[in-house]
Amino acid sequence: MSILDILGKKIVFFDGGTGTLLQEKGLQAGEIPELWNIERADDLVDIHRRYFEAGADIVLTNTFGGNGIKLKDTGKTVSEIVTSAVNNVKKAMAESGIKDRPLFCALDIGPTGKLLKPMGDLSFDDSYNAFKEIAICGEKAGADLVLIETMSDTYELKSAVLAVKENTNLPVFATVVFDEKGKLLTGGDVKTVVGMLEGLGIDALGVNCGLGPVQMKDIALEILKVASVPVIVNPNAGLPRNENGKTVYDVTPEKFSDIMKEIAEAGAWVIGGCCGTTPKHIALLKEKCENIKPKEIEFNKKTIVTSYARAVEIDDIPVIIGERINPTGKSRFKQALRENDIDYILREGFAQQKNGANILDVNVGLPDIDEVSMLETVTKELQSVIDLPLQIDTSNVQAMERALRYYNGKAMVNSVNGKKESMEAVFPIVKKYGGVVVGLTLDEGGIPETAEGRFEVAKKIVETAKSYGIDKKDIVIDVLCMTVSSDNKSALVTLEALKMVKERLCVRTILGVSNISFGLPQRGIINSNFYTMALMNGLDSAIINPASEDMMKSYYSYKVLSGKDESCVDYIEHYSSEVKNVEVKTQNSSEMTLKEAIEKGFKDQAGIIALEMTNTMKPLDIINSELIPALDTVGKGFEKGTIFLPQLLMSAESAKSAFESIKTAMDKSGEVQEKKGKVILATVKGDIHDIGKNIVKVLLENYSFEVYDLGKDVPIETVVETAIENDVKLVGLSALMTTTVTSMEETIKALREKKPDCKVMVGGAVLTQEYADMIKADQYVKDAMASVYYAEKVLSSCNCCK
Amino acid sequence: MDIKRSEVYRYLGYGRNIPDDKVKDTVEECIDLVLNVADMKSIYRIFDLSVNGDIIEIDGHFKATSKNLSKNLTGCESIVLFGATLGTGVDMLIKKYTKLDMSYAVILQAVSATVIEEYCDICQREIEEKLSKEDKFIRPRFSPGYGDFSIENQKMLVNMLECQKKIGLMLTESLMLVPSKSVTAVMGVSKEKKDCHIKGCEECQKTDCAYRRG
Repeated sequence: MSILDILGKKIVFFDGGTGTLLQEKGLQAGEIPELWNIERADDLVDIHRRYFEAGADIVLTNTFGGNGIKLKDTGKTVSEIVTSAVNNVKKAMAESGIKDRPLFCALDIGPTGKLLKPMGDLSFDDSYNAFKEIAICGEKAGADLVLIETMSDTYELKSAVLAVKENTNLPVFATVVFDEKGKLLTGGDVKTVVGMLEGLGIDALGVNCGLGPVQMKDIALEILKVASVPVIVNPNAGLPRNENGKTVYDVTPEKFSDIMKEIAEAGAWVIGGCCGTTPKHIALLKEKCENIKPKEIEFNKKTIVTSYARAVEIDDIPVIIGERINPTGKSRFKQALRENDIDYILREGFAQQKNGANILDVNVGLPDIDEVSMLETVTKELQSVIDLPLQIDTSNVQAMERALRYYNGKAMVNSVNGKKESMEAVFPIVKKYGGVVVGLTLDEGGIPETAEGRFEVAKKIVETAKSYGIDKKDIVIDVLCMTVSSDNKSALVTLEALKMVKERLCVRTILGVSNISFGLPQRGIINSNFYTMALMNGLDSAIINPASEDMMKSYYSYKVLSGKDESCVDYIEHYSSEVKNVEVKTQNSSEMTLKEAIEKGFKDQAGIIALEMTNTMKPLDIINSELIPALDTVGKGFEKGTIFLPQLLMSAESAKSAFESIKTAMDKSGEVQEKKGKVILATVKGDIHDIGKNIVKVLLENYSFEVYDLGKDVPIETVVETAIENDVKLVGLSALMTTTVTSMEETIKALREKKPDCKVMVGGAVLTQEYADMIKADQYVKDAMASVYYAEKVLSSCNCCK
Repeated sequence: MDIKRSEVYRYLGYGRNIPDDKVKDTVEECIDLVLNVADMKSIYRIFDLSVNGDIIEIDGHFKATSKNLSKNLTGCESIVLFGATLGTGVDMLIKKYTKLDMSYAVILQAVSATVIEEYCDICQREIEEKLSKEDKFIRPRFSPGYGDFSIENQKMLVNMLECQKKIGLMLTESLMLVPSKSVTAVMGVSKEKKDCHIKGCEECQKTDCAYRRG
């Protein structure tokens, strides 16, 4: 019998804490509890048996830390630990002699104990592989189901769920730890967790550890409100207290079971305990709750897209999806893609977030780049700095799958259409990873000319999705808009189709609005007015440029006029102070020279003044007469100790902003600024502190060096290969700690062997001249300016710069 | 929380110089940004301690060797293990500004370094107060990596405190703390009061350091 056959028929009971009981039996702080599965098997069988006897239906194996990463230095394999752990539970089952109800052994999977990239050093794939190993061992040893628990990072959780689902046939449950504010350590809330887990096809989900039943109750109720699958609640016996250095939990079995009864009555189907709970807690829990009839689960019809930290609901308040991360028609963006300038793309993301986007569309398709790896990279990079959900926009199915696999949350997917081929390719991916998919109303017959025709395609998409197990709440229909200049009825058809789809199919809708004005002058006028009309006809989300004043004016005024902006708060916040800002800017820019703006570190003004100057001066003249002298003045001041690091960087950023303006002008005029030479920058393997390296990067770029920024924790081979591949003559390495200077030394050694004509400069908190000499670096650079001077010295004499 | 501006300026390399108004304003802005995302969490536990020569034994089973730490722990019969973190939000904030504006990134870095120290001081005072009721006193914080107290001991601290589970503090393969704005430390507990205001910076042998306090 499967646990899934029982869910919903009666309240199902998990066991309680194991740690406290093991400590009673002598487990010491810092000791590895999983080793007891082998060394003290009888003690574990005893604990498990007591829980079965107390009334638990499911007992967890003692494998919370039983993954290969945590067991690394223990001398035991995952297989040995897991097999003995499952056997202990099975033995306890037999010893309990219970025959009147089915008993289950759940493979317990806790976190790896490592923080995932980008903040930590564990990759998603390595995390996945660790979970894969324990899951396979668990199934083989005879576990009946898997509980992934005490997760506080959605990304690690996702890797675990995928690992179990892809490698076993076991039912999979997952519970996470929320703090009292209802947040995960990585920032997610109930909606983000539920959205992601349901998208991944979890069998039951909920909350454990961290809190006692009192604090957990509200969170449990919120989960019950949002979730459409069975809910699990396993609290601690209260909040931990420090007593004489020992951790104590003091909610009694009576109090614990009283509150848990309320939670079960509210709808939790699976209940048990975590830290500090004992067989007594579970026995009383069972006594009070076993006769509760599980409350029927109400299917949640909301359309929810999530990132790791934020859930966006596509409902009555219109949602803005930023369209700017897309190379179509943007030469600067195409250039960034070809030069692998991810920072440029990220800045487009920041700007859209600042301008009010709720979701960011991500399209990096260009014929001459590898879209599969680029989409994966950009998705990961965006998620490392921006908490908005993303809309993965590609027609390359492989790129779509990769991006969704590595996406942290439940993404929006753009798009599927009514063609058989498209639906067969896209729906299985959406079903597997979860997501809200955009359905375009076109099929083998093209785009239907009539509203009725588009409605029919939409209906086909919704019905086909259903056959894949994708509910219509996870579909948003795009009825498409055709340019009104070639058919003056096209806008009306779109609006009619929009209304029809919304009313008759009851699905959410989306439109890429700006297509409507193609071929007309002053497109903003048409776009913004059409946007308002579409909103009035039932448009729920629109892919637009949030930097467009016209569009945002339509958006904010629509919200006010349709009663969706309570007390006009959003409108007032946006438009009450705007006039003042503009005045300040113009005043400053007219009073300052570019040189002054850079020296004083006025970034915005530097950009504005440089742009103004391009009207009257040649780009290269601006660089030589204003930019370089300003940078030199600041650099010398820094050396003399009259200017400090923050000012140096404010000037550097101002120069960068001026360069960006000048670059636009250069693209137009065809002028090119010669680069001084190539430099690789890397924070060495094992080191994850990259601020020093990033400071150097900004300055080297200011001085026109072409920088290959390899990031942090960079493998030795990557440095060597990049140097060889691009024939780079200077490498800058940074390390923070004595422990990582070793990898710096090894990187230098490898470079000497394979790229002997390459010079190496080193810097970082622990480095000194002596250290640099010891590891045989060519140069110790004490600060960012020193690296610029050394680069000038080395590269102005090498062939590539002559 | 009282964030000492002088400490922020020191981390930024100002020594005894005072920054200009633009930098000062940015520092204020960055303090708001950091405090807005910082999710401060800490944990401590007290264990039995015995010191024999250079060997320190904690909870009867964990051993570490350090001349500097044993000296610091002379006369102590128990030891506080302590961990604190500002959470991943601060790391993300710094990373974001690394892409947007490096001058903000370095100031955020300096501010968050000051905040975590200040937070540790607050936690330490709380522990001090609690222990003073039992007529016990604590010694200065001592972290793995100070003097000859090996960085390897991070593992012991993080495991014995269950830092990952309790406060989300973890180690990388190379024993760096993540989130990066985190601290682990030990503090000796004794019945005699010893002046304990000397902190890591003044203790350090590197007297020509640009960031040295005072």
